[in-house]
Amino acid sequence: MLQLITFSTLNGVLYGMLLFMMASGLTLIFSMMGVLNFAHASFYMLGAYFGFEISRRIGFWPGFVLAPLLVGVIGALVERYGLRHLHRRGQVSELLFTFGLAFVIEELVQMIWGKLPVDYRVPPQLDFVAFRLFDTTYPAYRVFMLLIAIAMFAALLTVLTRTRVGLIIQAALTHPDMVAMLGHDVPKIFMLVFGAGAALAGLAGVIAGPALVTQPDMASLLGPILFVVIVVGGLGSLTGAFFASLLIGLVQTFAVAMNFSFAEVLGPVAPPFLGDLWKVTIAELAPVVPYLLLVLVLIFRPTGLMGRRES
Amino acid sequence: MSAALSLLDLRKSFGPVQIIRGVSLEIAEGERHAIIGPNGAGKSTLFNLVSGRIRPSSGEVRLHGQAITGLSPFEINRRGLSRSFQITNIFPKMSVEENLRCAALWSLGYKYAFWTSIERLSDVCERAEWLMDRVGLTVRRHVPAGVLSYAEQRALEIGVTIGGSADVVMLDEPTAGMNNSETEHAVALIRKVTEGKTLVMVEHDMGVVFSLADRISVLVYGQIIASDAPERIRENPAVREAYLGQDGA
Amino acid sequence: MTARLSWLAPWLAFALILIAAPRVFPSPTALTMMSLMGVMIIFALSYNMLLGQTGLLSFGHAVYYGLGGFVAIHTMNAVIHNKLGLSIPVIPLVGGLAGLVFGVLFGLISTRRAGLVFSMISLGIGELVSSSSFILRTFFGGEEGITTNRSKLAPFLGHKFGPQLEVYYLIGVWCFVCVVAMYALTRTPFGRMCNAVRENPERVEFVGYSPRMVRLIAFCFAAFFAGIAGGLAAISFEIMNAQQLGAQQSSLVLLMAYIGGVGSFAGPIVGAVIITYLQIMLSDVTSAWQLYFGLMFIAVVMFAPEGVVGWTMLHLRALRGGVAWRLAPAYAAVGPALVATGAGAIMIIELANRQLAEARSEGSAMRLFGFDVDASTLPPWIVAVALFAAGTILVLRLWPRVGDAWGAVNARLHFRGEG
Repeated sequence: MLQLITFSTLNGVLYGMLLFMMASGLTLIFSMMGVLNFAHASFYMLGAYFGFEISRRIGFWPGFVLAPLLVGVIGALVERYGLRHLHRRGQVSELLFTFGLAFVIEELVQMIWGKLPVDYRVPPQLDFVAFRLFDTTYPAYRVFMLLIAIAMFAALLTVLTRTRVGLIIQAALTHPDMVAMLGHDVPKIFMLVFGAGAALAGLAGVIAGPALVTQPDMASLLGPILFVVIVVGGLGSLTGAFFASLLIGLVQTFAVAMNFSFAEVLGPVAPPFLGDLWKVTIAELAPVVPYLLLVLVLIFRPTGLMGRRES
Repeated sequence: MSAALSLLDLRKSFGPVQIIRGVSLEIAEGERHAIIGPNGAGKSTLFNLVSGRIRPSSGEVRLHGQAITGLSPFEINRRGLSRSFQITNIFPKMSVEENLRCAALWSLGYKYAFWTSIERLSDVCERAEWLMDRVGLTVRRHVPAGVLSYAEQRALEIGVTIGGSADVVMLDEPTAGMNNSETEHAVALIRKVTEGKTLVMVEHDMGVVFSLADRISVLVYGQIIASDAPERIRENPAVREAYLGQDGA
Repeated sequence: MTARLSWLAPWLAFALILIAAPRVFPSPTALTMMSLMGVMIIFALSYNMLLGQTGLLSFGHAVYYGLGGFVAIHTMNAVIHNKLGLSIPVIPLVGGLAGLVFGVLFGLISTRRAGLVFSMISLGIGELVSSSSFILRTFFGGEEGITTNRSKLAPFLGHKFGPQLEVYYLIGVWCFVCVVAMYALTRTPFGRMCNAVRENPERVEFVGYSPRMVRLIAFCFAAFFAGIAGGLAAISFEIMNAQQLGAQQSSLVLLMAYIGGVGSFAGPIVGAVIITYLQIMLSDVTSAWQLYFGLMFIAVVMFAPEGVVGWTMLHLRALRGGVAWRLAPAYAAVGPALVATGAGAIMIIELANRQLAEARSEGSAMRLFGFDVDASTLPPWIVAVALFAAGTILVLRLWPRVGDAWGAVNARLHFRGEG
């Protein structure tokens, strides 16, 4: 039991931090630009595939550096040549554009790399057992992922609180209309923020790719969870997104680890109408968990955990 | 005579800043009441508190003696209080006629009716017709509200505000941004459409205020420093100091 | 007199098209396709009650279509099993009511918020339902889904609805009734307030209406009609599976409504017909058809947000105003460039698709616009890229002319008091 709790906590925090790497970019982009980027998870997928392709040709580490940069550039281009023209038409047009983009990216990835998962491997330098607890081992690569995620978190925090750019971003979060008045080149800031958010998602993809499965539907599987995170956290709140990421990471990981059903705990006789629910294991319920959480939060706190803004 | 609208020690803070600092006011049935004051005095906030757009931090608002504090705008509207906005707030892609029909629907009891065509509701159509005539937009009936001229939009704003036959009408700077002849026209319009109703208005144009109002309240830094008949407000030294000193005139 | 009856004309035309279509296209494939079109017209219109009429962008509308379909198919099976007297034509109503029930349930949660949050919630609920379909296997039938046999239900006026033609007419009748009903709804006080909520939800509160209540009622109606469409689909295909309520189906209905045009009532109808046709035809021609859908959608969002019908209406207005000729020179200049860009893009996609996705199994030789080419050699690529690049550059150069021409046209129309 202790073993289960330890490993699930580790994995849950890891998953949560990965979610936050994307949710933070998504939140920043939304708060500053008013754009809800449906394609954010697609950037994550592109990161994984670029990482795979580069690591296959040159090696994991060049991919680790280049792939996020590449994704960032693509993100910046998407902003510059797509979203910018739609800005004055409003949020729905922008959302629809990124929705179409997500669709196209998935199809392109399928065309280029095929429908099956690709063999994106953990680099040999990190392919060893980090530690052993009771009789379960924990791979070093996961520790590495955790470290990267924490490093990114620290970097983000530093940038936001300690640098000039961070101050501008913070100003933009609370008073979106004021930034232009400060004399900053708003379109350029938008492009950079969008690119940086995409790069961050790309980085998440590069490091998650080898540990999870790199396949064309990874974006459409993750995307909705990402939106759950930012809605549960409260749209526009970075702190909210952080706690929601960890919450969903932990809850889902723990659910996966619990391999028993109501039937095993409460006896085989199901109450009427609950036949199927009685037999499934908690682990099988895991995919539903984030969405159930969303519904629950919305019933009791319509603005999300830390939300103030009404869209 | 009972008060149409009474405010009892109304307060509102945004964070540590108190914008409305204890406003008490009684506005009698049928009175035309103007609220004036320097910029930033809290006039719009006061309007928002009364009409339910924001909740007061403390205090009470009563409409015909009934507490309406903290109700949502539509509940307050249904009880007979309607307001206009300083920045024109209409349905831009819908025609003038449709704007006015929307304004009249609830008060005529149609609620969310989905079983009858709006064209067949003669009372709604007649009411919209009457409103259009009143605000002088009959010839523009099919024009989308968003492409009307500024003065026309202001007139439509008033039309939408009185569309539900509310007996307490609140107008937020109805003549803001108008030239002299437009203002004159607007004053005549307001006088005409608020006949027999209680009118509360925020206005900067002193000409408008003194020609329309029966009584004037002066709001300075979230407090009412005087509330009296126009001629006496003119002579009130405290008002002169707070108001004219601020304007520098 | 003629003016009084002129409103009838489009409805008569619509009814005539529905009646005559199977005589013009009698093949079994065409019948199946037209049945699907009828279903999708209802579905897309129900979607537009949210997006176009009330301004609610939903990413999970297929939930109500799918659940309506599942309840309908279980009802059919129960009727067969218990030998009840229920006959086929009322089954879609069962689907509609199921859609309505779930619409009330999920609507209560999701319509508390408008705008983008509503969109996210609709996506979340969509995922909730489609991921529970893997858990509640008895109801959703797992991977295979639930099947039925429509001809085993009690006959209706002697019809057992075995042949697809009878099913087509059943769908046609329901389609007509639903379209009329949904159109009528837009004319009611409720329909008008939906538009008001779309335009300015805040002002709605100050004319006595609760925007949330308006959204909720619109949501329930939309779910009801989606459920009817799902019920009809269940009858037509005799199978329902979890895909029918998943993200793909929800995206598809968004595509239909948007590409057709959400600003006009007829838009989603046209969109449903076009997309259904393309979906079936394109998937025969190329395996990259979904990519084309995505690109087409982006193009509409960026360049023609009014959709096919809205775009056509703009031109009809210019035509009626007698100023359409002003557009001709600009269109004549930009048209060939657009065609070149499009052809270049299609060639690139097809070559890439062949080379990257299909070459291993089918070889790199292919036919492209009537030419035999080899995707592994350079020449076709050069032609494709050159066409695309030249076309794009020309379009970018010439596009301002189109803008200017429209400026002139609109100025003319406005001058004549139509604007």
